Amino acid sequence: MNIVVFVKRVPDTESRIRIQHETRSVVEDGLNFVASPYDEFAVEEALRLKEANGGAVRVASVGREEAMPVLRKCLAMGADEAVLIKDEAPESYDGLRTARIIARAVEGRFAGTDLLLFGKQAVGTDNGQVPSMVAELLGLPQANVVTKLEIEGGSGTAYREVEGGTEKVVFSLPAVISAQKGLNEPRYETLKGIMAAKKKEIPVVRLEELGLKAEDLAPKVVVTGLDVPPQRQAGRILQGDPAETARDLAALLHAEAKVV
Amino acid sequence: MIAVFIETRDGKAKKGSLEALSEAKRRAAELGVGTAAILVVGGGATSDGVVAELGGCGPARVHVLESAGLADYSAQGYAKAIADFVGEARPSALFFAATALGKDLAPRVAARLGVGLASDCTRLAVRDGRLEFTRPVYAGKALLSLTLASTPQVATLRPNVFPLEAGPAGAAPEVVRKAVEIPDGFVKGRVAEVLKEESVEIDVTEADVVVSGGRGLKGPENFALLRELAAVFPRAAVGASRSAVDSGWIGHQHQVGQTGKTVSPNLYVAVGISGAIQHLAGMSSSKCIVAVNKDPEAPIFKVADYGIVGDLFEVVPRLREELKKVLAE
Repeated sequence: MNIVVFVKRVPDTESRIRIQHETRSVVEDGLNFVASPYDEFAVEEALRLKEANGGAVRVASVGREEAMPVLRKCLAMGADEAVLIKDEAPESYDGLRTARIIARAVEGRFAGTDLLLFGKQAVGTDNGQVPSMVAELLGLPQANVVTKLEIEGGSGTAYREVEGGTEKVVFSLPAVISAQKGLNEPRYETLKGIMAAKKKEIPVVRLEELGLKAEDLAPKVVVTGLDVPPQRQAGRILQGDPAETARDLAALLHAEAKVV
Repeated sequence: MIAVFIETRDGKAKKGSLEALSEAKRRAAELGVGTAAILVVGGGATSDGVVAELGGCGPARVHVLESAGLADYSAQGYAKAIADFVGEARPSALFFAATALGKDLAPRVAARLGVGLASDCTRLAVRDGRLEFTRPVYAGKALLSLTLASTPQVATLRPNVFPLEAGPAGAAPEVVRKAVEIPDGFVKGRVAEVLKEESVEIDVTEADVVVSGGRGLKGPENFALLRELAAVFPRAAVGASRSAVDSGWIGHQHQVGQTGKTVSPNLYVAVGISGAIQHLAGMSSSKCIVAVNKDPEAPIFKVADYGIVGDLFEVVPRLREELKKVLAE
């Protein structure tokens, strides 16, 4: 089974976000960048499927040269090959643009892929658009926010999280799957894996090679503002006897906050 | 015209869809255009109950897209039905609720139409005859505002954020039925079954009150305290911090925070949660935040509207009794 996993380099979830107002962008200095956490579940699932069924796991990222360490981490986890689809554009928050790049790469370099795996969303842009968009552009079935995946022969079953329950999605291959926390427990890289990953060459694909037109790459999203949300004011803190504080709090929630 | 996809479950419209329709009505009034609702129904299913439900946020028209091929939800089939409708009706904007289904479907529709999408919006405005969308990014650590350079302007709207239009039900909407053609073999994946999680009646993203627990609970058995507290309210759910989930105390579908769910209930009660930045990101848009923690220095108190410094095992049962009394009055 041939699997391609798409990963993105993002600031880690403990990051404090600062804004550069003139450029409406996030200040990157001092941020620690990692593979988006949901992408790691996707990589792990791909490796497990390969271990069970054979085949190859390839990993790709759309982004700048800075994404190389993220790709190398995936190689160290056990991916067979990593490819950088080099895109110098600043963050556009535009899922369709990324999806068009990925769909074109799948039709070309990654032709013959059985399974396209993604994280359910990139931490940061939090769009959750790209997997479904790639599926539509390629006419493939999809299952998003998946916590359990079974592949057998030319078809699969995915269990995905919905409000208050789980949906069982049945689909034929090739297909697009996006991973949710709970799908698996991602492995750590081994020292051997890290050493081997260092030696591997990571090919770079340029956008021009994908034959995309300028209009395909023109963002549909126009950023008009980026700001930190208003700070919440620290509120009223009650201390002392548990019975009294509990009674006072219930009264405040009713009379003052009017939420009870 | 602003068109709104109405999601149904068990024959009823989802609250998030009604909120999206309400917001569409407000923005459409500003733009001087109308609204329409879109229902997708499978073979034999009836839509009359849902049409009646649209009530105070009632659009002028309800478009019912029907096909035997749409009996089970499939993103592929639904996207085709909606995109075909858009091709004919040419709405200027198309809204979905940012529910599990809406988030699955909207990008597929946008890609089919070749247009941009604003995901999980929490505020809408009108600017120069176009919509401006504001949405949390970095799990709420920043707010992004954007316009879309393509038509229709497609957006998903976060549930529990936009107020319901509670106006009197106007004239009954005109119902326009349309048969959708879904060719054989077009749909390559579909929902075969929905498995309901027992004991969970309402998801943290849809609840009016969320009671969340963290490491301070000391073990999985003590989530019972939170369930009992939540049970005092009509529409409440139990949430958890990442460390409680990673310790295996409760399922990850309850996790609130950057690698979990983002919630904005009327009341968020954080019990034994210190308030790591990745947790705060997921709940700081709640309308009222209450924290119970024994550490007065816990960062959660910096965002809480009300806090109790104390032993949660002593405070929570008493708080439950006091809230019961208040609610009974």
